[in-house]
Amino acid sequence: MSFIEKHAVLEKNLTLLFAASFVVVTIGGIVEIAPLFYLQNTIEKVEGMRPYSPLELAGRNIYVREGCYLCHSQMIRPFTDEVERYGHYSLAAESMYDHPFQWGSKRPGPDLARVGGRYSNEWHVEHLIHPQSVVPESVMPSYSFLATTELKVEDVQGHLIANRRVGVPYSDEMVENAEADLMDQANPDADWSGLEERYPKAVLGDFDGDPTKVTEMDALVSYLQMLGTLVDFSVYQPEENYR
Amino acid sequence: MNNSLGTALVGLGAFLSLLGAAFAQDAAFSTHAWVIFIVLAIATVVMLRNTKFSAAGNAPVDTSGYMDGVIRYGTVITLFWGIVGFLVGVVIASQLAWPELNIEPWFNFGRMRPLHTSAVIFAFGGNALLATSFYVVQRTTRARLFGGGLAWFVFWGYQLFIVMAATGYLLGITEGREYAEPEWYVDLWLTVVWVAYLIVFMGTIFKRKEPHIYVANWFYLAFIVTIAMLHIVNNLSMPVSLLGAKSYSAFSGVQDALTQWWYGHNAVGFFLTAGFLGMMYYFVPKQAGRPVYSYRLSIIHFWALIFLYIWAGPHHLHYTALPDWAQTLGMVFSIMLWMPSWGGMINGLMTLSGAWDKLRTDPILRMLVISVAFYGMSTFEGPMMSIKAVNSLSHYTDWTIGHVHSGALGWVGMISFGAIYYLTPKLWNRQRLYSLRLVNWHFWLATLGIVVYAAVMWVSGIMQGLMWREYDAQGYLVYSFAESIAAMHPYYVLRMFGGLLYLAGALVMAFNIYKTIRGDVRSEVPMGAEAEALAPAE
Amino acid sequence: MELDYHNMRAFADSWGLVFMFAVFAVVVLWTLRPGGKKSSDDAARIPFKED
Repeated sequence: MSFIEKHAVLEKNLTLLFAASFVVVTIGGIVEIAPLFYLQNTIEKVEGMRPYSPLELAGRNIYVREGCYLCHSQMIRPFTDEVERYGHYSLAAESMYDHPFQWGSKRPGPDLARVGGRYSNEWHVEHLIHPQSVVPESVMPSYSFLATTELKVEDVQGHLIANRRVGVPYSDEMVENAEADLMDQANPDADWSGLEERYPKAVLGDFDGDPTKVTEMDALVSYLQMLGTLVDFSVYQPEENYR
Repeated sequence: MNNSLGTALVGLGAFLSLLGAAFAQDAAFSTHAWVIFIVLAIATVVMLRNTKFSAAGNAPVDTSGYMDGVIRYGTVITLFWGIVGFLVGVVIASQLAWPELNIEPWFNFGRMRPLHTSAVIFAFGGNALLATSFYVVQRTTRARLFGGGLAWFVFWGYQLFIVMAATGYLLGITEGREYAEPEWYVDLWLTVVWVAYLIVFMGTIFKRKEPHIYVANWFYLAFIVTIAMLHIVNNLSMPVSLLGAKSYSAFSGVQDALTQWWYGHNAVGFFLTAGFLGMMYYFVPKQAGRPVYSYRLSIIHFWALIFLYIWAGPHHLHYTALPDWAQTLGMVFSIMLWMPSWGGMINGLMTLSGAWDKLRTDPILRMLVISVAFYGMSTFEGPMMSIKAVNSLSHYTDWTIGHVHSGALGWVGMISFGAIYYLTPKLWNRQRLYSLRLVNWHFWLATLGIVVYAAVMWVSGIMQGLMWREYDAQGYLVYSFAESIAAMHPYYVLRMFGGLLYLAGALVMAFNIYKTIRGDVRSEVPMGAEAEALAPAE
Repeated sequence: MELDYHNMRAFADSWGLVFMFAVFAVVVLWTLRPGGKKSSDDAARIPFKED
């Protein structure tokens, strides 16, 4: 049987066609993705990064639930105009504890990677309840229900443990105190010493203007107020961590 | 016998989802379990009513003919989901123009947009692929679908997946990664359905009576296999509780981003391109009445496409925290991808060589041809946008949205419409469609809608990109972000109008298909006849 | 040789790329070989065999 007559083998053999297609599409994926798991500088830790506090994590889950990523990016590109508008360009390490990542792909609203600390809590609450009252041009929907919905997280520890299972370094101490930390962060009368030690730079205090209860608004604003604030760029050495 | 087993399984599923509702860890999962319970309970009742308990005397199963019942259902449901998807698209386009139209919490833009994208891509596109692949594989292998009732399981299982995904989005159950939003248990269900689909499709090819496997089936097979791989890898995640809705992605940050866009880009490449190319390689030759221009080109097209596509994903992450080498790799492969794409387009268009006059009298063929033209257009635009310099302007703007829609409305939508117009008279044994003139109306409404949509998004996207980066003589940014949003308003209104035209075309189609299935035939002057009548007499 | 990122990377963009390109070239040449025209034309007519 000559080589030319063998041509029919692939065209007529389903299993081979199946296997060949599979191999071809797998190679691309392996070469493209696998190295990222070995690559030093994409997974290198930068000074200041820490896991989310339970309240921030709950807020982040609300951010995901409401599909905020569909209109807001969290990825500042290294262009002068973006850096001037939003702050230092985003580092890979800054999303290292993000399961899932929320870089986004579209900006009908501004980038939020460094929105933390830019506006007051009152501004955020007002903006989330009625965006057009503070930004008349905004096309953002109203999220007033967040202020009236009490924060309910069944099994706070379970959330931290699930994150730990996929690689977020929550310590046993963090897991143990998860339930208390969730409520304490938004409670002005709470003792914050342990919480501050576990989650440095966490924004503490009442967020939604109602200290008597912890709402989904508290959680979301606590998350927004810490976004992009963990890395101290006055001491950060870019060449060491250049991607 | 088979039917009663199925009924028992659906009933069991209903019971399990009731248990899920009762013992749910969180409110979202409980609500979702109730939704599934109601769907399955209704299905159980319907199936029970149709079950005959007599042991013997069932009509013998026709094993010689093709299995077309599931394709008839698939055709109708494709059209239904299409209209739902287009309608939600018009609604969310209006929400961007007039934010007062958001109804919190369930109908806010953030929950509605995944509903729109999934309804169009997975419900409309997915059902079109299911129905046509079942049709094409039977006709080109001359074998009945493998697995008996398995094809029905694939069909109904897929609809259940869609209902679960859609209700989940509105309830706020999402993994938060574009085009892969369904939560872990919905993903698991889709995996089961998809494996069954692969078994039906490959089983049919295995028992084929035609020695050669026609190229359309290659494309369908690559689509099914690759989507299985992408779906499983990308959706690896850790549920908080087995009775809770929430899960956390197995990957984080950069890895998660790249995995997601490897998935996202290849969902475009293998779901919206390879699968629909399978459609092109069958329906264009059939409707034109002549074999594909070059069969050998189609084989090269196939291998080049699947070799190159899988590498191109990183172009969604230019200038982000993704390593530079991965970005460059993605760009190079994206540009190379332009060649096989245009090879395929030329192959599709040249199939008409010597039969171009048919375009004048056959609006269905015209629909298929313009879809191939739109394929060519968007596969030129795509590689261009993957060039880093262009991408620095286009990324994060409406230009991307316009590009996606010229591909989705122009290529995916039009070729599916053409295929449905071709299939309906054949599947229901009608002499012809109710009205070809209505097909012509649909053609022009849809084409005009796409042109308006794409043109408007080009202008608004480029304008947006330029406004963000404009500096004045003193070195200050000229525009605040809010000003760039205000400038979008007229374009968002026009875009909504473009979508409305496209939706209107689909409604005309639904009417036409409904009348055809009923068996009505509109008496009308054949297309192109008046032109002949106007020609000067000899 | 240690199986770390740099070695994998070096292998992928040298031998891996050459191998893939070679396979693709063989597929193209084999498809376009002179003797294949007839079988291709036959295959192209499959959709018209039966309805």
